[in-house]
Amino acid sequence: MDALILQLLNGLDKGGAYALIALGLTLVFGTLGVVNFAHGAIFMIGAFCAVTLRKLLTISTQVRDESITLFEAYKEVPILEAKFPVVGSIIVDFSVPLAILIAIPVMLALGLLMERGLIRHFYKRPHADQILVTFGLAIICQEIIRHYFGANPIPQAAPAVVAGSANIGAFLGLGDNVVYPWWRLIYLLFSFIVIAAVFAFLQFTTFGMVVRAGMQDREMVGLLGIDIQRRFTIVFGMAAVVAGLAGVMYTPILPPDYHMGMDFLVLSFVVVVVGGMGSLGGAVLAGFLLGILQSFASMNEIKSVLPGIDQIIIYLVAVVVLLVRPRGLMGRKGVMED
Amino acid sequence: MKNTSATSDWILFIAFAAAVLTMPIWLAPFGANYPDLMQKFAIFGVFAIGFNILFGLTGYLSFGHAAFLGVGSYTAVWSFKLLTMNVLPAVVFSIVVAGAFAFLIGFISLRRSGIYFSILTLAFAQMSYNLAYSVLTPITNGETGLQLSLSDARVLDAAVGVSTGRSLPSTSLFGIKMSGLPGFYFCAVALIIGFFIALRITRSPFGTMLRGIKSNQTRMSYTGLNTRPYLIWAFVISGMYAGLAGSLLAVTDPLAGAERMQWTASGEVVLMTILGGAGTLLGPVLGAALIKYFENIFSAFNDVTLNQAFDALPDGLQGFVVELVSLFVGDGWHLTLGLLFMITVIFLPGGIMEGMRRIGGLFTRKKPQPASSTTSAVADPS
Repeated sequence: MDALILQLLNGLDKGGAYALIALGLTLVFGTLGVVNFAHGAIFMIGAFCAVTLRKLLTISTQVRDESITLFEAYKEVPILEAKFPVVGSIIVDFSVPLAILIAIPVMLALGLLMERGLIRHFYKRPHADQILVTFGLAIICQEIIRHYFGANPIPQAAPAVVAGSANIGAFLGLGDNVVYPWWRLIYLLFSFIVIAAVFAFLQFTTFGMVVRAGMQDREMVGLLGIDIQRRFTIVFGMAAVVAGLAGVMYTPILPPDYHMGMDFLVLSFVVVVVGGMGSLGGAVLAGFLLGILQSFASMNEIKSVLPGIDQIIIYLVAVVVLLVRPRGLMGRKGVMED
Repeated sequence: MKNTSATSDWILFIAFAAAVLTMPIWLAPFGANYPDLMQKFAIFGVFAIGFNILFGLTGYLSFGHAAFLGVGSYTAVWSFKLLTMNVLPAVVFSIVVAGAFAFLIGFISLRRSGIYFSILTLAFAQMSYNLAYSVLTPITNGETGLQLSLSDARVLDAAVGVSTGRSLPSTSLFGIKMSGLPGFYFCAVALIIGFFIALRITRSPFGTMLRGIKSNQTRMSYTGLNTRPYLIWAFVISGMYAGLAGSLLAVTDPLAGAERMQWTASGEVVLMTILGGAGTLLGPVLGAALIKYFENIFSAFNDVTLNQAFDALPDGLQGFVVELVSLFVGDGWHLTLGLLFMITVIFLPGGIMEGMRRIGGLFTRKKPQPASSTTSAVADPS
């Protein structure tokens, strides 16, 4: 039972990342009709926003080490901490959550640039071309990051306040065995909030209403005198922000490296297909569902019965879903069904 | 293709064969005439030709072809381990096993088309890759990769009394060691045979059928034709080509690793085909050779050689230029690859062959023909 709860939480965590990326993929596909293979790279760049911020905050200077009295010793201390001892160390400690503030404008700009600079020219081209050109773009992003940050994962610490584990067992009345890292719980909560925000934005604002109408019938909305293209471009920027934020918050869980985007992209695509191309609810549902399935499949009890199942469960589910129900769990009729 | 008479096909084929066989001579000025690299040209040429039979003719974009390459490699190494160091059985087994594997995957994947097909093949390839790393370790030897060892059985070799002595045996064709130049010629012959078969397929009614599927599958089925068997055959044939390429990799260097099955490897063959020109006969071979050639040249650079190359520039400028160029060479070769990928898809969807046709069109002062179905780039199969 304890193990089950832990795996459920693990799965929800993983699913949160899948769902956030898949949500962006679906938004872009639903609005612009473009299959974006570079979406994983956006997730990765988001994660590296956090890395960059920490690097900037911890630019160090030499300070006299007072603890050694025999000779003059110096130690490296971030300038920020040296100048403002209390506030500075708190800022450095909270670099990951602070990176959100940096990531939002950066990712928005990146998304808009990508859409205006490249994707725009590919609306009318076949899906295969879209896949190929964004695949090339993903390789480029990945290699640039590798050039500047190296090939090794760069661990990022969560703020010290939430570095420990939460005693969920005691909270649920199950004994003290069920403990879970605070940061992962925060991540879970964060992904729920972001998903809810996206849905609320689409559901309750005029802008969202126009976008939804445009997803239904783009031509009609255009005929009503609305510049639907501009809205869709902004939606692309939004999708980039969502993926970027997912990347920022995921850094304490998984040390970012240059190919994390590709790893997540393949899985997120599978998630989108299982959920149903163009269905936002489907993407979120399938994201969490597949995350949970994957972490249950990696339990020892199951692995001993079906060895290797944890490696392939997601792909297996995708194959079955595509064959049995091609439009996915919640796909609309007629959207990319063949 | 206008002048597709049998004679011009033969001329094309003979010219191709001559060009491939004389590679050691005419590649010398490019500094690319050493066997290892030429073997790669031939092997990836085979791989790309096979991929083109599926993608170029039918328009189905498979993102999992590297899986067949990997399966071919594993099969070949197992044949070396269990049966004999002779390369012929290894090649035959690899083609058969990869073909069977392709049939299995194609049978399922081809029930969908368009982007779903791409994702299905990608899913299967990733599945094979993950399994090769984890559960199938007894067969694939996991991360270390499958290698020859002294304790291998080699039943057939033992039966005819070939003793390997105390060192690891090398692959051979009836006594000729398959390394260096002989290895290249073996791969070259495979490439020429592969090219011939691809030529025949393209010109056959079967090939016309596949092109029909690419230009309008719905209309094909309205004429009362079941397109599925044709697609499955195209998929299996291109899988067999990939298996052949995989076995050739093992022939020239008898080890096999799971990284050959990764989806970036699948992406590479897609790029080769597109760069050369999808749907054309020569294009994929050209693309494969170009990419392997540039990979070889670009990866060789490092900061020291770059500094030497730009020594003539003033100091500050030199530092800047070296910094800029080092992004693209050495470890950064993949960046160049990605850039090449994008430039090709954006500006020249028909690849090099299309570009050459356009340049040719400039000189003959004819209006460039609108791309015919064989030379147009990537069309959506749906």
